[in-house]
Order: sequence, then structure tokens, then C-alpha cells
Amino acid sequence: MSESHGHEHPGMAHDEELGYYARRVRAMEAVLVEKGIVSGEEVERLVAEGEARTPADGARIVARAWTDPGFKNRLLADAKAAVAEMGYSESESLPDVVVAENTDGVHHLVVCTLCSCYPTWLLGRPPDWYKSLTYRSRAVIDPRGVMGEFGLELEEGVVVKVLDSTADVRYLVLPQRPAGTEGWSEVELARLVTRDSMVGVSRPLTPETVVG
Amino acid sequence: MPMAEQQPKFGAGDRVRVRCLNVKGHNRTPWFIRGKVGTVERCHGAYPNPESLAYGGSGEPAMPLYLVEFSQRQLWEGYEGREGDKLLADVFEHWLEPA
Amino acid sequence: MPGVHDRGGWPTDDPIDQEEHPVMDWEVRMSALLGALRGKGLMRTDEMRRGIESIDPSRYESIGYYARWAESVESILAEKGIFTREEIDGKMGELSGGAG
Repeated sequence: MSESHGHEHPGMAHDEELGYYARRVRAMEAVLVEKGIVSGEEVERLVAEGEARTPADGARIVARAWTDPGFKNRLLADAKAAVAEMGYSESESLPDVVVAENTDGVHHLVVCTLCSCYPTWLLGRPPDWYKSLTYRSRAVIDPRGVMGEFGLELEEGVVVKVLDSTADVRYLVLPQRPAGTEGWSEVELARLVTRDSMVGVSRPLTPETVVG
Repeated sequence: MPMAEQQPKFGAGDRVRVRCLNVKGHNRTPWFIRGKVGTVERCHGAYPNPESLAYGGSGEPAMPLYLVEFSQRQLWEGYEGREGDKLLADVFEHWLEPA
Repeated sequence: MPGVHDRGGWPTDDPIDQEEHPVMDWEVRMSALLGALRGKGLMRTDEMRRGIESIDPSRYESIGYYARWAESVESILAEKGIFTREEIDGKMGELSGGAG
């Protein structure tokens, strides 16, 4: 079995390849526009839609789940239906999502070993490391080592469940609510919810890190 | 017209083995779980078959898709984590047999 | 043997490179173009995945994520007869020529 040779640059190819692909994509778009298959306006609209997706969407959902137990139950039972309540009405046409709840005894970590499936419509574009060959290889065979590199050491006795998004379902981690946030509003709580905590490589921020 | 779909054969808690099918083309069953025994955690419902969709087919009949839980110690020789650690992956029904 | 894309558990001791690069304009375009093609039913997710899995293994490992997308979209659309690779070559030459 061959190994990754360490010259992988996730999301960033060698300079000449980079120039090549930038020009290639421009040429493909131009040809498709000339043939009337896509329009420039349509691509522009999708560029804007893509930019509008950020981890703030996922963070709002997590914060709601932390403050509203009924919502949390609906989210865990049927995430798409639950987030539709929050105004994500277009969710019907988007990939199905399952939310996995971290508890005192279980910590979840999400990966896609076959490609790089990611709940983009809730978190925005995946980070480079999520798409890297090393993460895709190691997250399943050495999840604790991977989390350690991100600075996450779990308490004794916590079981790790790795979710490999191999097919049509995307996974989002519902991290544990940080201590010391009693009485916080949803908006305040959402500031603690990081992208990485919803993938499972870290915990949410603590109150000390955002106060002030 | 609704898509033809296969009714799920397995339910939560069933023990299943991932088949080592000789599928040459596109499929969504990672190598490292093939031949391994796990437990059905849930059925997500039926989804069009990716092995047909990838080649322009209709994807019919839609196949039940299961979240299957495996013990990490059984997947990897010398796994360094804890005894109870799990790996969960989504597997289409035709890749599963009772175990 | 697993295909080059089937990475789970492949032996490597390399640490995860956590550095994040800003997404480039052409990657954003690529992503939007794929969205448009998907919306028209011209590029299904599993066709896209098959195209990526068909990239030569050493090339797969040496190019980035969105470059794999570009390779896949080109090969699948050419296969469907929506355009030819020669048309893309020609347009690329034209655009480069125009830019000097």
C-alpha cells in the first residue's frame, strides 16, 4: 500500500497547477455559458450563496438546543425538520443531517474517509485539514491521537464514537454546554460554539475566553 | 411517481456483517469495514443506489441505508484507544448480511 | 486493494496540517459552477464522486480538493457530450491569449 508522500497541499496545489486549474475552470465556465447551459448570473448568485454559509448557522442551532430541551429533542430526532423551524426553509433540497450529542460519557468525531462530505449548509466550506488525506486516514484509526493534536484530551472513561459520513447523511456534533454559562442567552451562547467543536476536534470556548 | 424502494430488512440492534462484494466501480462502502461485524444503530430510510446514480442510472430501487456501529478494537489490530471506542459508518443494505 | 480515495486507516504518521488557506477565487467559482450543474441535474453527487475516484492515483494525491473537482467535472461533462476536452483547451488558449 502506498503512503501519502507528504507533498499534499490541501486546497492549494503547486503554483503551476494552481494557475492551470484557475484557467481551466474559467474556460469550462465560459464554454458552458456560450452553450447556454449555465448563465454568469446564476454562477454569481451561487457564489454569493456559498459565501453566506458559515459556522454561525451551526452555532445558532447548537445554542438553541442548549437552551430549549424540546428543540434539542426534535433536533436529535429529525434535524432537518427542527432547523426548518429556525427559518432554514430551503433545507428540503439539502443533504440530510443527523446531529450527534456529546455527553459526559460519549464524544463524537466526524470524518469522511471516502471524499470530504461535510454539513456545508450548516457550517460553510470545510477547513483544509478536514479535506486532507492525513485527517481522512487517521481520524478513524487514531481518533484520540488526532484530537490530541488539536489540543483535546478527554476525561477518563469517555468513549469516542467516530462518524464516517460515507453516504447521503451529513453529521453535526452537538457539543456539551460549557460550565459557567447559566442564564446566558442564545446569542451569547452561540459565540462559544466553534466550527471545530461541531466537527468534534475541540470543545466549545469557555466563558472566560469571550468575556470582556 | 414515487421511486421504487426496498423495505428495510434490518432493525436497530441487529448484528450484521459487511459483505466483501466484488463491485469494481463507484460504491460507498469503505474498505476497512468490509468483512467486519457490527450492530445496526438505526435505519436512515431508503436512498437511491449510488452504484447506479454514478453511471447515469435511476438509482432504483432506493436502498435502505443503515448507520452501523463497529468496535474499534475489532476494526484495527493494535487499536490504541479505549475498549468501548466505536466507529460508525453508513452502509447500504445490499452490502450487509445477518451475522 | 482500496482505491486511492478510500483513505480510512491508511498508514501515515504525518501530523494533521492545521494551517488554513483562504479559499481562492477560482475555487469559489468551481464550487458555484458545480452547484449550477447539480441544480440542472447535469452533475449528480455520485457522478462527481466517480469522476474524482477515476483520477490517476498519483495525481489524486498531489493535487488539491478543488482541483479534483475540476478534473471530475471536466471528465464527466465530456463523457456526457456536453462539451469536448478540445473545446476547453481551445477556450483556455483563447482566454490566455486575450490576457497576453
